[in-house]
Amino acid sequence: MSGHPGPELAIETAGLVKVFGDNRAVDGVDLSVPAGTVYGVLGPNGAGKTTAVKMLATLLRPDGGAAHVFGKDVVREADAVRGRVSLTGQYASVDEDLTGTENLVLLGRLLGHSKAAARTRSAQLLEAFGLAEAAERQIKNYSGGMRRRIDIAASILNTPDLLFLDEPTTGLDPRSRNQVWDIVRAVVAQGTTVLLTTQYLDEADHLASRIAVIDHGKVIAEGTKGELKASVGSGSVHLRLRDPAQRPEAERVLRGALNVAVQLDQDPVALTATVNGHASDLGAAEQAARALSALAASGITVDNFALGQPSLDEVFLALTDRNARSAPGDGAPHNASTTGVPA
Amino acid sequence: MSTVATKDKGPGPDELTFEAPKAEELAALLVSKDRPPRPGALSASLTFGWRAMLKIKHVPEQLFDVTAFPIMMVLMYAYLFGGALAGSVSEYIQFLLPGILTMSIVMITMYTGVAVNTDIAKGVFDRFRTLPIWRPAPMVGYLLGDVIRYLIASAVMLAVGMAIGYRPHGGVLGVLAGVALLMVFSFAFSWIWTMFGLLLRTEKSVMGVSMMVIFPLTFLSNVFVDPRTMPGWLQAFVNNSPVTHVATAVRELMAGNWPAADIAWSLGWSAVLLAAFGTVTMRLYNRK
Repeated sequence: MSGHPGPELAIETAGLVKVFGDNRAVDGVDLSVPAGTVYGVLGPNGAGKTTAVKMLATLLRPDGGAAHVFGKDVVREADAVRGRVSLTGQYASVDEDLTGTENLVLLGRLLGHSKAAARTRSAQLLEAFGLAEAAERQIKNYSGGMRRRIDIAASILNTPDLLFLDEPTTGLDPRSRNQVWDIVRAVVAQGTTVLLTTQYLDEADHLASRIAVIDHGKVIAEGTKGELKASVGSGSVHLRLRDPAQRPEAERVLRGALNVAVQLDQDPVALTATVNGHASDLGAAEQAARALSALAASGITVDNFALGQPSLDEVFLALTDRNARSAPGDGAPHNASTTGVPA
Repeated sequence: MSTVATKDKGPGPDELTFEAPKAEELAALLVSKDRPPRPGALSASLTFGWRAMLKIKHVPEQLFDVTAFPIMMVLMYAYLFGGALAGSVSEYIQFLLPGILTMSIVMITMYTGVAVNTDIAKGVFDRFRTLPIWRPAPMVGYLLGDVIRYLIASAVMLAVGMAIGYRPHGGVLGVLAGVALLMVFSFAFSWIWTMFGLLLRTEKSVMGVSMMVIFPLTFLSNVFVDPRTMPGWLQAFVNNSPVTHVATAVRELMAGNWPAADIAWSLGWSAVLLAAFGTVTMRLYNRK
């Protein structure tokens, strides 16, 4: 790799490909992850996130392209990569039959610690992760949140330079999720780079400094949080009308007032407008206010109104919609219920 | 279940541990970036062997196949065939025990494949595979753990055999030599199962394929009868089967003889099995 002028890269991939049968799970992914940051990989189930992580963690061989972790090739220098990374998978990668202590001592020993050092380190980690009470219980009796914590604890027995967290909060209740987030922040504060995959926009929003959005094995958007949000609109106005018959009229009024995409929801009285605070002189709230007054002036009764962050669905709709438009015939999914901005 | 009773019990197991992780403690733990030197091949393998021991501790039911099953094998075949084949049970057990010991241990080895397959399904394998350790260590660890199980099975079968009349003329040394040879062969033979464990998708298919291999291989041997009465083509197979060589070597060692040829054949087969299936296993393990 030629010398980079910027900061050291923890991960660098070029045209990374993995094919399972006729499914191109990862289809030409280019990533540059600066060291010392949290990098979010956002995408729905089956987008190729886990497959990409597995290749970077030396668990899968790429079928094409190249991937380097701290400058080391993940295939040819796999052993050197393994010495610097840890992986917390989507499913607890600990031994369910063993207790919390036994799991951590086992891994500590495998990392080269003496028995005594492994025991000390395990006890400290279990204490710090709020698992001291459960130390002598088998993992199969742990709750979902406890499993994730012991899993992350196992990943930081030796402080890794790069930590892969593959959907660390999927299936967790909000409280356990916040605990995992706190742990991630503590790990990053000590200089570890984190590659976080998630299906939740707000998780990427809370933790990551840069985000790549992946769909069908391809990166469809990449940038800082601000850039990404600006590209998909800064929020959505959700409206519920009293009379479904007024919806076509409401859609026309909204498009006229805001000049943005309006989406007709499944519910016959609901519609959603994506507002873009950056693309207009007005902020999202002002735009929403303008939309409401325009509707009122047209005699349309609004029962319920909400201004929200764009959901992941909306991000995807916006991104894949644009993708399909810029590259016709690309086969990117196109949602029929979205009425686009007049071109 | 009254509310009073649950109150008295205090917080349930989950509530107890529901406190937030302690950020400062965590930060202190993460500060040290020094890593100990990597463990050697032997040390890593022994650690995985220790894991196998812990699993036996937590799931002792898995010892069923190295206790009840061998007892059943000895008693069943000794009383089923003893009278007809050798005139009496105590006569027949003299011939049968080393053979049935070999057969049972070789049969028990197939559980290794199931264990490997279950581990992969659970995701713990992904962690092992990202560790910077000697690559075959997890597999060797399984097999070392299994050797302990085979030793338990051997002890149980010898005890039952001696209770119904088996007398090893080779004495303690002969018996130990026979068991040691059997352990070496079983360790090498088990790599067939680690291969299937990695190759096949479900636990059930591992079991199915294992049965297909193990039944002909163990029954078509000289474990039960002298092959001289078999048709020529079968004799050709039986006399060259690794199980026959091992069974003969174990039988002769325990009887106080030194069956040099059969020992050499047994060790030779062990080396071939280990080289062939060990290589395939590690290739699958790295590619998985």
